[in-house]
Amino acid sequence: MSVITYRQALRDTLRAEMLRDENVFVMGEEIGVFEGSYKITEGLLKEFGEKRVRDTPIAEEGFVGAAVGSAMLGLRPVVELMTINFSLIAIDQIVNHAAKIYGMFGGQTPVPMVIRTPGGGGQQLGATHSQNIELYYSFVPGLKVLAPSTPADAASMFRAAVRDDDPVLFLENLGLYNTKGEVPDGDESVAEIGRAKVTREGTDITLIGYSRMAMVAGQVAEQLAEQGISVEVVDLRSLRPLDRQTVVDSVRKTSCAVICEDDWLTYGIGAEIAASIQEGAFDYLDAPVRRVAMAEVPMPYAKPLETAALPSVESITTAVKETLDAVGRRVG
Amino acid sequence: MTEIYMPRLSDTMEEGVISSWAKNVGDKVASGDVLVEIETDKAVMEYEAYEDGYLVEQYVSAGDTVPIGAVIGFIGETPDAEAPDAEGAPAAPAQGSEQGAEQASEQAGEKPAETAPAAPAPAADGEGPARPRTSPLARRLAKEYGLDIDAIEGSGPKGRIVRADVEAARDRAASGAPAAAPAAAAAPAAAPAAQAGTEDPRGSEELKVSQMRKTIARRMVESKQQAPHFYLRRTIDAEPLKAFRAQINEQLADTGTKISFNDLIVKAAATTLKAHPEVNRSWEDGRLLQHHRVNVGVAVAIDEGLVVPVLHDTDTATLSDISARTRDLAGKARDGKLKPQDMSGGTFSVSNLGMFGIDSFSAVINTPESAILAVGAMKPTPVVHDGEVVARNTIALELSVDHRAVDGAVGAAFLKDLAEVLESPMRIIL
Amino acid sequence: MADTAKPKGGGTARNSGGRRRTRKDSAPKIADEQPKVLLDYYRQMLLVRRFEERTAQAYTQARIGGYCHLNLGEEATVVGLMTALKDEDYLFTNYRDHGYAIGKGMSPRHVMAELYGRSTGVSKGWGGSMHMYDTEVRMLGGYGIVGGQLPLATGAALAVSYRGGDEVVMCQMGDGTTNIGAWHESLNIAALWNLPIVFVVINNFTGMGTTVEMSSAEPELHKRGSAFRIEGVKVDGRNVLEVRDAAADLVERARAEQRPFLLEATSYRMKGHSVVDPAKYRTEEQVAEARDTANDPVAIFDKQLSDAGVLTDELREEITASVKEEVADAADFAENSPHPDVSTLFDYTYATPVANESRRMPADPVFAE
Repeated sequence: MSVITYRQALRDTLRAEMLRDENVFVMGEEIGVFEGSYKITEGLLKEFGEKRVRDTPIAEEGFVGAAVGSAMLGLRPVVELMTINFSLIAIDQIVNHAAKIYGMFGGQTPVPMVIRTPGGGGQQLGATHSQNIELYYSFVPGLKVLAPSTPADAASMFRAAVRDDDPVLFLENLGLYNTKGEVPDGDESVAEIGRAKVTREGTDITLIGYSRMAMVAGQVAEQLAEQGISVEVVDLRSLRPLDRQTVVDSVRKTSCAVICEDDWLTYGIGAEIAASIQEGAFDYLDAPVRRVAMAEVPMPYAKPLETAALPSVESITTAVKETLDAVGRRVG
Repeated sequence: MTEIYMPRLSDTMEEGVISSWAKNVGDKVASGDVLVEIETDKAVMEYEAYEDGYLVEQYVSAGDTVPIGAVIGFIGETPDAEAPDAEGAPAAPAQGSEQGAEQASEQAGEKPAETAPAAPAPAADGEGPARPRTSPLARRLAKEYGLDIDAIEGSGPKGRIVRADVEAARDRAASGAPAAAPAAAAAPAAAPAAQAGTEDPRGSEELKVSQMRKTIARRMVESKQQAPHFYLRRTIDAEPLKAFRAQINEQLADTGTKISFNDLIVKAAATTLKAHPEVNRSWEDGRLLQHHRVNVGVAVAIDEGLVVPVLHDTDTATLSDISARTRDLAGKARDGKLKPQDMSGGTFSVSNLGMFGIDSFSAVINTPESAILAVGAMKPTPVVHDGEVVARNTIALELSVDHRAVDGAVGAAFLKDLAEVLESPMRIIL
Repeated sequence: MADTAKPKGGGTARNSGGRRRTRKDSAPKIADEQPKVLLDYYRQMLLVRRFEERTAQAYTQARIGGYCHLNLGEEATVVGLMTALKDEDYLFTNYRDHGYAIGKGMSPRHVMAELYGRSTGVSKGWGGSMHMYDTEVRMLGGYGIVGGQLPLATGAALAVSYRGGDEVVMCQMGDGTTNIGAWHESLNIAALWNLPIVFVVINNFTGMGTTVEMSSAEPELHKRGSAFRIEGVKVDGRNVLEVRDAAADLVERARAEQRPFLLEATSYRMKGHSVVDPAKYRTEEQVAEARDTANDPVAIFDKQLSDAGVLTDELREEITASVKEEVADAADFAENSPHPDVSTLFDYTYATPVANESRRMPADPVFAE
């Protein structure tokens, strides 16, 4: 067992997959000579050469579409979009093409590709560079959307994404790259896509999150444990397909739920989770389902404004305590 | 400016009578003035104003009864201030709202509108009480525990009844305490042994409940709650059946098929059902259904519980067919490979615990079927045969019948015929 | 793993045996061609013509749904381009794709069945008019989003190049497509990475109703590759031999030189943008021009072949009858083919089966108790 960063887990796994299968190649802006904006592709150009580590022009629609076309002929491109914000320029190729080609032509040609891209606010990047718009892709049948929160999951889920025959949007997070976690030495595990995970067991309330918010939910659970509150944490991991059953099973056990999301609340991923909970656990709910989400504003640059707009350990803790208060469990 | 609510003035009070108004409409009111005299279940109490102003409206007249939290009057800043219509006046929750009302009376001077919020409450015209606020879980648990949710006080926001309240009420009921003891409601967190994680004196551990367990629990409760069971018992002389079985199996020796007693009983039940269609019926949602096919279910115990695969058209099936199908279905049941169609459409069931040496037992009907036959062990019994007491093998049968669909004499006639068929077993196949 | 596009087995009706000219040659002459080849082109053009007329009829009879764009007036371009490709070459087109599908080797029966939305359609009834697709003949799709096929085709050429293959990708589009971002991004990438692809612009002088002059600051569309140093050629799309020679030249150069080329073929849209478009935005002059038999590629070729004595009245009758029969057979086949079974609704969402894939029908609860 080694303790490595989320970044390292991704880099190691990407390299291993390239060594394993020569159809796997990476392309994106500044991934070769510059070694990646967030250094996930560090060292790869030197090791694999220009053919398999392909710097692209700033043309997201063009190179994402080219990746789709190459996947149609059986290559396994791993595309890096510098941040998820730039995916909007490529959304036609992702939604109208990558997601459609298998079904629209009657199952003749799969599109085995991965789009890696980080979301996340909190870096003072302002309104256009701090969005979490994974919802746009999670909405679309034909795509698979993964959002790991730990280095171990980053590795096993990335392996699954590369080996899957469908287009996968692989969501990373700027706030996770430097986080550390245990990854088994020589780990070759391939995660099963479409499965959420109970990352911490508890009995009083269920916290549901994904990507960075799954990590934050874990921190909240840790703190509340010291106050005698037993929090169960569900890490969604896969936004499409969505593992509703794991969420509902947990809420049936705890009767209370708080959803933590880094996106905007209205129509957000939490809305889907909450709707699923009411449908699957209606008779088990002892309190309304709460959502903790980003303030609904274009993300401001100034630090105090940005901090205030983002969900945090504190805001989630508040929502948990208020929910527990409502069922007669006064906390703190 | 502010509403006046029917206050909660005793621990057990649920409604109050306006004994008399101490202020008339238009009177100046100072904080501390007696506004109204209210008759509770215990005494007549004076109720004072918390605000300065003028009494501009009395919504409830002397002598009238309203629940706690109902708006009874309105204090305005001027004598001619406009009071809201009684219809539109905000009202506090009526039922299960003691705590809210308590807070209201404590804080009325500060911000009564927030502590006594608009909730679905009785209109001032005296219509019935509104539905209490409950969490879905509390509602389900109350039903499960057989508690009247209206009698439970809510401790949640705006008086919402939550799990803790229901569990506290259950525990009070179990200990004989009054169901609506307000002290307990005021401190629900202290309810005994109700919270998850509390030490259980039985040293219990909660097991994962399988879907099958849930289904069995639900269906058995439904059956016992909804189907009025009556029971008919009869012991048969099993010697002819034993001889008949031996004879058949001898003839089938080459085929590898072996007919069991249970196969014979299943087939006999089907044959008898065909002759007694009045037992081959179901009472379903107030409708009486006559089934024209005879489909006998056979209860099979498996590791996780119990399933009842169904032999469709049992009456027309041959014995060897029944034997083969039963073995096949039982195997599938144990392997968890039964399909829904293998378990649906039954019109009658047979449950056999003879292999455990059980003399006889009373089975729970597999509703919507109308009857189930419980088969005990075959064992030598002293019986009077041809005027002498001799030891003969017998089997005790017990028929559980749903009285909604089948009456006693009808069931008895069926069981009589079934017994006679089994005692003259050639009739099973004729 | 995508096992895309083996070369199709066996021969097809279409002829790829016509001799190739180099671009240095003068305009092709009928006398230099084999009559058999010429008659085959003629038959293919007539097949596209009659197929599309039957399609329009079926559309008005509500046998075909959705949008429906026809290749009427584009027959010489379709046949000329498809003749220039080898079996192993790949084709991507826009939504005006019926003729190309047939030209690349799909049977009219299965193309018509796709139009009818039947399970025997080339895309099993999942695609419709705009989405003809067959890996066997390496026609990798008609695409409904203008410009959507350009990045895909570029990526296909990238895959060929990545593997050191010998195939060429042809990417067909309409004139309006040269204004969209995907055009610029794709041509740039194709040129940067030296990809074996020929972009073909069918210039029928109108987007839906917007003329080239209204939408393109450089209306000489074949020159629009110059920003990427992509050589562009313009050809008269009414003349099947000229289209064939120009296309074959660029395809073979793309193969040999491993770089992209651009071909502009002018043609006339005989009808509106789609079956339901009355095309009232066209001036009387434009309509007259489009309908003028002088611009009708089938009529032009018919006259050329007749004048040269290649096409006799008997042969014309024979070919016309056989095409008529083939189209009627295609329509009958489509009409008598089964609709896709609703039980197959969830068969093609994902290529790799996945946990928790939603298979609920509209009125189903999310959680069935």
